[in-house]
Amino acid sequence: MTLMLSVQGVAKTFTLHTQGGVKIPVFRDLDLDVSAGECVVLHGPSGAGKSTLLRAMYANVLPDAGEIRVRHGGRMVDLASASSRTVLQVRRHTLGYVSQFLSVIPRVPTLNVVAEPLIRDGLDIDTAHERAAAMLSRLNVPERLWSLAPATFSGGEQQRVNIARGLIAEMPVLLLDEPTASLDAANRDVVVELVAEAKQRGAAIVGIFHDAATRDAVADRLYPLTPAKAA
Amino acid sequence: MSVALEAEASGYNFAYLDEQTKRMIRRAILKAVAIPGYQVPFAGREMPLPYGWGTGGIQVTAAVIGADDTLKVIDQGADDTTNAVSIRRFFQRTAGVATTTATTDATVIQTRHRIPETPLTEDQILVYQVPIPEPLRWMEARESETRKMHALAEYGVMHVRLYEDIAHMGRIVKSYDYPVRVDGRYIMAPSPIPKFDNPKMDRMAALQLFGAGREKRIYAVPPYTRAESLDFEDHPFEIQSWDDGCALCGAIDSYLDEVVTDDKGGRMMVCSDTDHCDKRRAAGYSGPMAAPYAETPK
Amino acid sequence: MNLVSTAARDLDDDPPLLSVRNLAKHYGNALGCRAVSFDLWPGEVLGIVGESGSGKTTLLNCLSGQIDADGGEILYRHRDGEVADFRTLPEPQRRALLRGEWGLVHQNPRDGLRLRVSAGANIGERLMAEGARHYGEIRGAAMNWLSRVEIATDRTDDLPIRFSGGMQQRLQIARTLVTGPRLVFMDEPTGGLDVSVQARLLDLIRGLVDELGAACVIVTHDLAVARLLAHRLMVMKGGEVVEAGLTDQVLDDPHHPYTQLLVSSVLQV
Repeated sequence: MTLMLSVQGVAKTFTLHTQGGVKIPVFRDLDLDVSAGECVVLHGPSGAGKSTLLRAMYANVLPDAGEIRVRHGGRMVDLASASSRTVLQVRRHTLGYVSQFLSVIPRVPTLNVVAEPLIRDGLDIDTAHERAAAMLSRLNVPERLWSLAPATFSGGEQQRVNIARGLIAEMPVLLLDEPTASLDAANRDVVVELVAEAKQRGAAIVGIFHDAATRDAVADRLYPLTPAKAA
Repeated sequence: MSVALEAEASGYNFAYLDEQTKRMIRRAILKAVAIPGYQVPFAGREMPLPYGWGTGGIQVTAAVIGADDTLKVIDQGADDTTNAVSIRRFFQRTAGVATTTATTDATVIQTRHRIPETPLTEDQILVYQVPIPEPLRWMEARESETRKMHALAEYGVMHVRLYEDIAHMGRIVKSYDYPVRVDGRYIMAPSPIPKFDNPKMDRMAALQLFGAGREKRIYAVPPYTRAESLDFEDHPFEIQSWDDGCALCGAIDSYLDEVVTDDKGGRMMVCSDTDHCDKRRAAGYSGPMAAPYAETPK
Repeated sequence: MNLVSTAARDLDDDPPLLSVRNLAKHYGNALGCRAVSFDLWPGEVLGIVGESGSGKTTLLNCLSGQIDADGGEILYRHRDGEVADFRTLPEPQRRALLRGEWGLVHQNPRDGLRLRVSAGANIGERLMAEGARHYGEIRGAAMNWLSRVEIATDRTDDLPIRFSGGMQQRLQIARTLVTGPRLVFMDEPTGGLDVSVQARLLDLIRGLVDELGAACVIVTHDLAVARLLAHRLMVMKGGEVVEAGLTDQVLDDPHHPYTQLLVSSVLQV
């Protein structure tokens, strides 16, 4: 299978200058390869650095050492050393990230929030809106909400909007940070289906899923992280 | 006693200003002619009349007038208003030059707010009195900035005012001191002449000189130089027109003033150019309110 | 969708629109800013954050020709590919850039508007300065831009002095963007506005900048504004850039002690 994401010798320590320069080591010497069509779930107790590793894969956190290489347009790009512009391009075309929380501009209607990644990629507005509508329906976001900005939605609704937005562009590499945290069983099943479809089309997926049932349903393998691995 | 002797006896130089001052003004005029529409600063002198009464025009006239010139002075087109009479008499006394009210007889014409209706010739000089020489002033208060705008021909703001007229009134209502672009370069305030007169400035045979006494600026439009009134492609420059002609001479192509004739709302429209009106009536033209023409007693 | 070919382009080979090198400005003995260098590409929004006195406004003023720096280069790539140092360009060319290809949005809209002429004329002025002479077309463009910044077109002939602060700011943005500038500078564009108005304005700015593909430098002390608008961030302190990088990386994983202080000082709601 094609290697899509490769983490090599990655280490991260947070230095908190505002608290007397205290150092909080998170992990070091991490290696992880993810291939197309594969879903790897980061597994470990809280504080093991799952979220930090996922964010490092998105270049949201800059590792102190190591490489995080992503297959982008036919070659491997190291996000730890790439320019900001390159990282932005990789995020735009290759790397999708679904976080637990939705952060959008207050006024934008839900349908536009979800369709935006498609429109940014040059899809015409009507088609983009059609696909966004289909995605929202699938995730059981009621149609009456589509024209409203998601800021006032319930946690579960926001989460589903977030998933719709994150998965609609069918990125080759997907990073999922507890996307099902506040979903009910029915919607969790939809997410499981969507992940399966993404794998089917060849996406490489790295995720954090606390819910054991969901985890078992999506994971091809687990990547164990323990606080012990941090040193 | 001859005129020259009389001037000498009174202690005044010919045409009031001393020769060095006239040279200084002539140098400014030469520069102004060389750069049409450009405002040349000059060391304006205190004149024996208040600012706003034509001190700039008088200094220019004093610098260009010679003993054998014939001077005509008009104020709003009329030869017989206070300002015109005073300035004419000033030069009679200080230069002893001949004066006239006939446009065709004059070699130097000093004017406030009009251009004579009779076309001027190469042998004549038209001297304008200018209150505010800077056409950009209403948009930009800083002199340092307006000079830069002229230097770089940054004239976009000039059209803002015309835009505002059309937006609010449906047409360009600015009716006097209507800005012109001289020789395709400098934008110039033509002094508060009615825009009716603007086309006469364009390629005029006579030399046009402008003197601003308070602001101490001289500028010029040399003979046969383009002076285009600013406008928009879809709102071209237009001059005023009247439904009826002059009540006295019947002229339909001259600039008319409204004259109130009684306190019951009676009014008449007459030529603002008194010489033009006079000449027409002498030639037998007559308007609806004209009395039989008689030579004006001198 | 042809993702691969776009993605495969080697972006770092594209020449930047603006390259700032070692820019410095002193006020007598006091430091305004120094050793500032960065590149800016078309379509990119660069945020400059820092507290009052950090030098961010000095930097913006130097970049936008409001004041002259006393060292360094501001290299701008013209449409024809020619690169010139803004600081050594002859004044006519500098002013011409500021009239058309560059745009500056002041913090206080009153500094960027003519308050005594109508909203339409405020927008039209930049077109007229570039030679537009057709009233109907100028007015059409003005009304189009008023609606793009969400001002009702029946306000076209009103004086901006009668507008609310938020409307004035939107008018100023319309006036700046009407010439389709390639480079836009914004100084605290949402400063002094009510929070409810800010969100709307931010959304608007983001959409317009995206639409025009303009490069944009935004100075703000508000990290939320920076997060929303800027692709990249420079953090300034004491006249120098202490940290720079991807916006979310700088804000979520700040390295410099000052950036950490700045980020941790923000009130969470």
